[in-house]
Amino acid sequence: MQERPFSDISYEQFLNEERLMGSRCTQCNALYVPPRPICVECHRGDMSWEEMTGKGKLSAFTCIAIGPSFMIAEGYHRKNPYCSGVVELEEGARVDARIEGVDPKNPETIKIGLPLSVKFLHRKEDESLKTYLAFRPS
Amino acid sequence: MVKKRKLGRGVAIVGAGMSKFGMFKDKDSKDLFTEAFNEMTASVNKGIDPNDIDALYLGNFSNDFFMHQSHWGPIIADIIGTVPKPATRTEGACASSALAFREGIFAIASGFYDIVLVGGLEEMSKRTTEEVAEGLALATVPYEGRAGFTFPGVFGAIATAYFEKYGANREHLMNVTIKSHNNAPLNPKAQFKLTIRDMMNVKVESAKKKGLPVTEWIDEKDFLRDPRANPVVAWPMHLYDCCPISDGASCMLLVAEEIAKNFTDAPIYVAGIGQGSGRGLHACKDFTYFEATRYAAQEAYGMSNLKPEDIQFAEVHDCFSIAELLHIEDLGFFEPGEGYKAVADGLTRLNGTKPINTSGGLKCKGHPVGATGISQLYEVWTQLRGKAGKRQVPIDDLRVGGAHNLGGTGGTCTFTILERR
Ligand SMILES: [Zn+2]
Repeated sequence: MQERPFSDISYEQFLNEERLMGSRCTQCNALYVPPRPICVECHRGDMSWEEMTGKGKLSAFTCIAIGPSFMIAEGYHRKNPYCSGVVELEEGARVDARIEGVDPKNPETIKIGLPLSVKFLHRKEDESLKTYLAFRPS
Repeated sequence: MVKKRKLGRGVAIVGAGMSKFGMFKDKDSKDLFTEAFNEMTASVNKGIDPNDIDALYLGNFSNDFFMHQSHWGPIIADIIGTVPKPATRTEGACASSALAFREGIFAIASGFYDIVLVGGLEEMSKRTTEEVAEGLALATVPYEGRAGFTFPGVFGAIATAYFEKYGANREHLMNVTIKSHNNAPLNPKAQFKLTIRDMMNVKVESAKKKGLPVTEWIDEKDFLRDPRANPVVAWPMHLYDCCPISDGASCMLLVAEEIAKNFTDAPIYVAGIGQGSGRGLHACKDFTYFEATRYAAQEAYGMSNLKPEDIQFAEVHDCFSIAELLHIEDLGFFEPGEGYKAVADGLTRLNGTKPINTSGGLKCKGHPVGATGISQLYEVWTQLRGKAGKRQVPIDDLRVGGAHNLGGTGGTCTFTILERR
C-alpha cells in the first residue's frame, strides 16, 4: 500500500477495494481526502496513507433534477431526482459524494448534520470497474 | 494580507461595446463581435483608427466545445482588421474576458503597448440544453462531477450551507430574482426584458387565449413558489434562480492614461484590479464565501485606496441567485450573513443605497460566458458616463463602480474598480 502514489488514480483503486483513503502530512498533520501529493498547508511534509472510518455527517447538499448523462443512464430524471452532497468525515476532511437513503423528492426532509456512513457503488463502465463514493444515513 | 500593488502607468477605457445578448439562430460569434466592435468604435467620440490598435486580448471559455472551433484570437483579429498584430485568447471559465481585460491592462501598464482592444465572446445556443450543461460542467472540479454535481448543483449545495449558517431561506433568493427582473426591462441589450409580474401576466393571458385553466398568483413570490411555473433544477436552485443559455460578445478599448483625451472627452479610469483563485467545494473551509473573491477584492481595494463603502454600485456574478448574496458579502458591501437581509430591505435595488446588477445581471441580461466579464465592465462604464438611460443609477455624483466576475465554481474571481475623474 505504501508504494502507491498519492494520486487520484490510487484513490480510485482504493475505492474499488472499498477503502476510503486519504493522505496525511508527516510534518503538520494536515489530512487530505482525496489524497494530495504536496502538503498545501506547510509545503514541507512527506505524505503517508491513512484509511478513513467512513463515518461522517452531511455538511451541504443538493437534489438534482437535471443531471449529467451518466446519472440519466442510471435512471434519474426530473421526476426522479438524486442527492449529491459534501460529507464531513469524522477525521475532519470533507468529500463530495452521492447521498443515498434520503428522499430527494422532499429535500426539506434532508437535514445538514445528518450522520452518514460510507457506501461504495460499483459500476461496470467500458469493461472496467468504477466505484462511486456514496454515503447513507447511519 | 494581500500585497499592495500598483500599475506601472495608468490605464483608461476610451470606448466600449456589446452585442445584444440572447439566443440567436441567425448570428454567429463573428457577427456578434462585429456588433460589439462597431458600437465600440462609435463610442470613441474623437475617433479610433483600428490600424492603431497594438494588440487584441480575447476571452472565450469554450467555443471549442460549443461550436467545435477553437483559436478565436486570430479569427476575431481578422474580421476587425488588426492582423498581423498579435491576438491572444484567455480562458478562465465564466471569467474569461475579465482575464482578457487584465492582460490588456498589464500590457499597457508595462509600457509595451499603448492601445489595446480587449473583448470576449461565447456562442452557446446552437447546442441542446443538455450539451450546454455538459460543456459548463467541464469547469467544475473532477470530484464534484463524479459525485453527480452539476453547475447548478454546486450552487444548490452552497445555498443549503448558507441557509443553515445564517437562517436564510428560498424566499430570500426570490428577492434577488425579482430585483434583477425589475432592472432588466430597462436594459435594451438584455435577454429577458420582462419583470416577474409581466411574466405572470403573459402566462395568464396565454392560458385564457388557449381556453386552459387560469392560475392566479397572489404576487411574485407566489408565482416563484409554484413548481409548475418555477420547477426545481438542483434544489434549492429553481429555474428562476439560474442564468440562461446565451450568445453574445463584448469589447473595450484600453489606452495609456496620458493619451486618453486624444480619443474621448469622457475617459473612465481603472482604479483597482484584483484576481484570485479558489478550489473545489470539498476543499473549502466554509461554503458560504468565495476565497478567490475576497482575495481579488483586497487586491483591488488596496491598489485603489478605496473601501467597500466607496463603491457606489456594482455588477456581480449572479450565475445563480445564491451567488449574488455571497458576492455582496465577499466584496465587503455587507457583513457575512447580512447580504440576504440587505436585499430583502431593498438596499440593492436601482434606487437603493448600493444598487447591484443594474443591467439585470447574468440572470436577465444573459450569460454568454466568455463575453460576461467585459459586459459587466461595459455596464459600469455606461453608468459612470451617465448613459444608462432609464436604468441610470439615481446618484448625482456617480464616480466609482465595481465589477465582479467569477469563473467555474469560484476557481477564478476578479474584481475591478472603475472611476470617473
Ligand atoms: Zn504539512
